[in-house]
Amino acid sequence: MTQTQTLRRARTAPEYGTWMPPAWLRVGAPIIVGILGLALWVLWVDVLGTAPRMLPGPVAIATELVARWGIIAEDMAVTATNALVGLVVGSVLAVVVAGLAAASRPVDGMVAPLVAAIAVVPIVALTPILNTMFGASSQFGRQAVAGLAAFVPVFVNVLRGLRQTRPVHRDVLRASAATGGQTFRTLTLPTALPYLMTGLRIASSLAVIAALVAEYFGGPADGIGTAIATYAKSGRAALAWAYVAGGILIGLSFFLVTALLERIVARRSPG
Amino acid sequence: MTLRQAHEPDRQTAAADTATAVRATGVGKTFPTKAGEVVALTAVDLTVAAGEFVSLIGPSGCGKSTLLRLIADLDAASTGTLEIFGKPAPRARIDQDYGIAFQQAGLLPWRTVAANISLPLELHRVARDERRDRVSELAELVGLADFVDRYPDQLSGGMQQRVAIARALAARPRLLLMDEPFGALDEMTREYLQSELVRIAAETGAAVVFVTHSIPEAVFLSDRVVVMSPRPGRITTVVPTSLGVRDEALRESPAYFERVTAVREALHGAPRTRADER
Repeated sequence: MTQTQTLRRARTAPEYGTWMPPAWLRVGAPIIVGILGLALWVLWVDVLGTAPRMLPGPVAIATELVARWGIIAEDMAVTATNALVGLVVGSVLAVVVAGLAAASRPVDGMVAPLVAAIAVVPIVALTPILNTMFGASSQFGRQAVAGLAAFVPVFVNVLRGLRQTRPVHRDVLRASAATGGQTFRTLTLPTALPYLMTGLRIASSLAVIAALVAEYFGGPADGIGTAIATYAKSGRAALAWAYVAGGILIGLSFFLVTALLERIVARRSPG
Repeated sequence: MTLRQAHEPDRQTAAADTATAVRATGVGKTFPTKAGEVVALTAVDLTVAAGEFVSLIGPSGCGKSTLLRLIADLDAASTGTLEIFGKPAPRARIDQDYGIAFQQAGLLPWRTVAANISLPLELHRVARDERRDRVSELAELVGLADFVDRYPDQLSGGMQQRVAIARALAARPRLLLMDEPFGALDEMTREYLQSELVRIAAETGAAVVFVTHSIPEAVFLSDRVVVMSPRPGRITTVVPTSLGVRDEALRESPAYFERVTAVREALHGAPRTRADER
């Protein structure tokens, strides 16, 4: 409680010696930097003409994005679905396993090294194997890769969150003769919720990256990653970059949704 | 040492087990540590009558909080027997015969004041309407009727502590256990809440076992002050106060100061001239 209060105070009243820019500057500064960057980009590509051939100007990319929006959106849907399926399945699995590990020491002992092992596996490296395993027409390999990528951060955060209950809260519930299930529902779960949200936010970006990169290693001929690889190889730079922009849109929307969830939950979280 | 009840039960017809809120006989507690067993509490005999207000006072490590936790069945006694209204401590806990408040308010920050107060009622599946009525009753009792929709972090420390007391009283316990509930508050809030507690205890008729390390607080609140000493934790003296009505005038009265001195001497083992309590 006091911690969040201090944080809130720190945000509104900066410490002596730190300068808080006015609101217009805080919003305006990144916009100005963005416009400056675009101007330099245009100058380099279109005016000076010294940029590499695979780097078209921002106008050309935007034109392609608009002109080919139909097919780009279709491929975005494929990649986003793979990432979402992976994120949901991986997260649900992570929550269940973390719950088991928090409830029982032996399970924790068995699972901890396994998760450590998964965490250090370069997950993308499994993709060619998974793609061959499940066939060239199945999205399952990609979804599995996204799921594995999402599993680790959710598991680590939830397990930590499940262990954050304060002794005084546990005493209050024991004194109220709460059953194990009631304690879990009224104390352990709400305490862990902000940690789950943090895990989800990290996992969402990882799932998108994993789902997209997995497409570089075969599988069905659709998705953002496949398209980027194809058009980059055939020299259609502007279209390849337009697909990259599509990938950015997916990643951004995943991040924004989970960050918003995290904020909503964090408003009334312990601390 | 067996303590005589200083307080007659209100109803002569009341059965023996309801006339005695707490009966501890030869209670001890040892904690295993790496360096061997540590005796936290030894040979405690204590009887608290129904409706009686008893304070446990003593220096750090005298086992006063440990004793309270044993009564509350938050820890199990190593030796001796503990009866709460004639029942073993675990039974009394499950039957919600006591309510408890700690030094930290321990409110759930994601619940409103009302939802915090009704937590014990929810856990025991009290119907929604009944819960709502009881919460407004309790909020009125602790003077927080206007704050039931707030969240704990929007309240001052003193207000949070009052919510914790309301929560402890939710299931209408006949015994209230308090572990330095005002220890983290400033002196003015503390004195105000002491007066409030006297009123609340009188209105509910509950017995209170109150852990504190403030001599004036113990004397002001209690019918009897139980003085404890450390290494090993044990009861050394019991000082009855018999001060009658507890109001602000009492804080200025000679009888009050006399009792404060008596408790201080019991704590330090010899008369002292300096007023250095707290």
